[in-house]
Amino acid sequence: MELNKLDLFSIRLIAPEIILISIALILILLDLVIKRKETIAFVGVLGTLTAAYVNYKLCAMGWTGSTLLGMFAFDGYANFFKLIFYINIILTIFISLRYMVLEEASFGEYYSLILFATSGMMFMASAVDLIVLYVGLELMALSTYILVGITRRQVRSNEAALKYFFLGAFSSAFLLYGISLTYGLTGTTNLKEIASALQNLNLLENPILFLGMILVIAAFGFKIALVPFHMWAPDAYEGAPTSITSFMSIGPKAAAFAALGRVLFDAFGPMHVQWSSILIPLSVITMAAGNIIAIAQTNIKRMLAYSSIAHAGYALLGIIAGTHGGLSSMMNYMAIYAFMNIGAFAVVIMLRSKGFRGEELTDYEGLAKSHPAASALMLIFMFSLTGIPPTAGFIAKFYIFMEAINAGYTPLVIIAVIFSAISAFFYLRVVMYMYMKEPKAHVTLSTSPAIFLTIAVTAAVTLILGLFPSLLVELAKMSIAGF
Amino acid sequence: MLPELFFAYFAVTITGLSILVITRKNPVHSVLWMLVLFIHIAALYVFLNAEFLAAVQIIVYAGAILVLFLFVIMLLNLRKEEIEQKFQKQWPLGMLAGTLFILFFVIILNKFAVFPAPGEYSIQAIQGEGNIMVIGKVLYTEYLLPFEIASLVLLVAIIGAVVLAKKKISE
Amino acid sequence: MPGTYIPLNYLPVLIILIVATLVGLLPLLLGIILRPKRYYPLKLTPYESGNPPVGEPQSKFSVRFYIIAMLFVVFDVEAVFLYPWAVAYDRIGLYGFIEMIIFIFILLIGYIYVWEKKALEWE
Repeated sequence: MELNKLDLFSIRLIAPEIILISIALILILLDLVIKRKETIAFVGVLGTLTAAYVNYKLCAMGWTGSTLLGMFAFDGYANFFKLIFYINIILTIFISLRYMVLEEASFGEYYSLILFATSGMMFMASAVDLIVLYVGLELMALSTYILVGITRRQVRSNEAALKYFFLGAFSSAFLLYGISLTYGLTGTTNLKEIASALQNLNLLENPILFLGMILVIAAFGFKIALVPFHMWAPDAYEGAPTSITSFMSIGPKAAAFAALGRVLFDAFGPMHVQWSSILIPLSVITMAAGNIIAIAQTNIKRMLAYSSIAHAGYALLGIIAGTHGGLSSMMNYMAIYAFMNIGAFAVVIMLRSKGFRGEELTDYEGLAKSHPAASALMLIFMFSLTGIPPTAGFIAKFYIFMEAINAGYTPLVIIAVIFSAISAFFYLRVVMYMYMKEPKAHVTLSTSPAIFLTIAVTAAVTLILGLFPSLLVELAKMSIAGF
Repeated sequence: MLPELFFAYFAVTITGLSILVITRKNPVHSVLWMLVLFIHIAALYVFLNAEFLAAVQIIVYAGAILVLFLFVIMLLNLRKEEIEQKFQKQWPLGMLAGTLFILFFVIILNKFAVFPAPGEYSIQAIQGEGNIMVIGKVLYTEYLLPFEIASLVLLVAIIGAVVLAKKKISE
Repeated sequence: MPGTYIPLNYLPVLIILIVATLVGLLPLLLGIILRPKRYYPLKLTPYESGNPPVGEPQSKFSVRFYIIAMLFVVFDVEAVFLYPWAVAYDRIGLYGFIEMIIFIFILLIGYIYVWEKKALEWE
């Protein structure tokens, strides 16, 4: 009887997820009795901190392993990504408070949906079974679709949610098809067992398995917005409330990277030659299209959407390398990207005020004269997104390029560096607009202590990690040690 | 011989019905063809030894989801879209992609020659114990984590329906 | 083909399906064959209690139907999960019981939410 194997003691490894889900459920009920949304947001932040603390304690006790009959892994790799998710929740809630009131969509459900989406991401990062991976992905995706459409009086928000939902549904179908082909050939959905079945049943050259793997990669390609699968991203990013744009450019992307890394390394590890031959062209066209189309954008949210596509292309290099060093540089990249991107979106949110969208690039003209502090911070984030030292963005790119060169992908890195140089054009254009142009209209910033804190933290981290990169790099290396 | 015939009938009919569903101009007709399609898929599940899945297919898909489809169609009240063919401009491209996919599949089909060793539940074991019993035993032991996450997915679906479609929600 | 079999147990179901289809279709077919066919415009217009027809035959549904239908689907799926649980109950014991309690509890919160948000009321 299987149940006897269910070790109740090991269930504590899933405690952070249980705490986060319980808080999300409590938030739903709280929303029915409490009218002040700040209270709900506060409980949400408190719950996230509790989950993060428990997660840290479990790590500190040196526990690793899997629970629930080998469905859920508690290891450094997952925990590193969960750290990104916790930061993502807290900072997103901080930048949402004032903004969602401005958008007239300050619902209590908003906060519980953020927590549900994040618990889905955590299941994805920890999944060592394709079924858990799929259900976690659905939980994340479904919550995110709703969050994108939550400003329901705005047509562009509805359109964004619909497009995101349709293409997301396609990607789920791809994933399921890929899983079922893999299952049909290997007879298991457990990642490690798939890897051993590949060797034992002599499936490494099997084209059906190859097709299954392509479908799985395509499905994650949708979630991380790799280029042939990126069509939803600009519209969804533009139409979603800006706080959610920031949330979904980090959370789902990091979760899909985590799952992709685990599936490719754990299950399809012996097929590195095959999957890297698919990922290399994907990464090249992603960097090319992302960076070049971004130049033509006039809306800053659309520009950051293409920038987010391009960054997925760089981060993919870490997976292509196929080494543990490459994977840890990808983790490092996602963490740094989280900080600099939330920071940039926080500045975009500040420009939004009653009756003024503040999303056009021209709205940034002469911002340095009227709001020097905000402009200086935006400058840091733009430099970091370009990858100019001494910001963290440079460190992220430096390590990922170095690992790719170590793994022997020098031509690919040269291409990445060229596109990285092209990206300077559109990032620095924002800076140019702020510092070299005369102000056209008077822009009032909608500040609040929470948003101030967010920008201060993200800017500080972006600079500190740029100056002392070893803090994060060592953490990523340590996390991956037992992978 | 008989199993092949049985399967061939359902495979061909399902393909034909799917084409009917996507080519009807009146969306209500599409939905009605979809009903027939769902019933045929359910029969295929029975044939593949998945009786519970067949029952779910009828109860959930044919019973509930189809009604939802009909409601949405009535809600949108497509009239102009029926006459303009604006959703169909890209069908040659889709057709090409689909044909290539089918060709690729036909070419690699014979690679399904290796089968993994059958697990604990062979056909005889399932028939001996009963289909639903076996599903219950596996779902609530081995797959308890996906099962609990599924309840969260359902909960999010409830919240989503209310948040996005309720006329007045208190802020 | 491995894994497939002819479900002989389901033969009665097939027979009932065929009979039911015939009972539905035969009268219609007979009608088509037997009735006299004389069409003229007035006869082809839809019958609205003798008045001249007004407007489109299809009308817009209220979005409220959608919420109700969506809630129905969700709780329908919940009920589907209860079948195998009930059948396998004595084999999965206390663990299975606790799991189902958690499952139902999570959806109960959804139910309270829907109730309190007055999504079940006809505004």
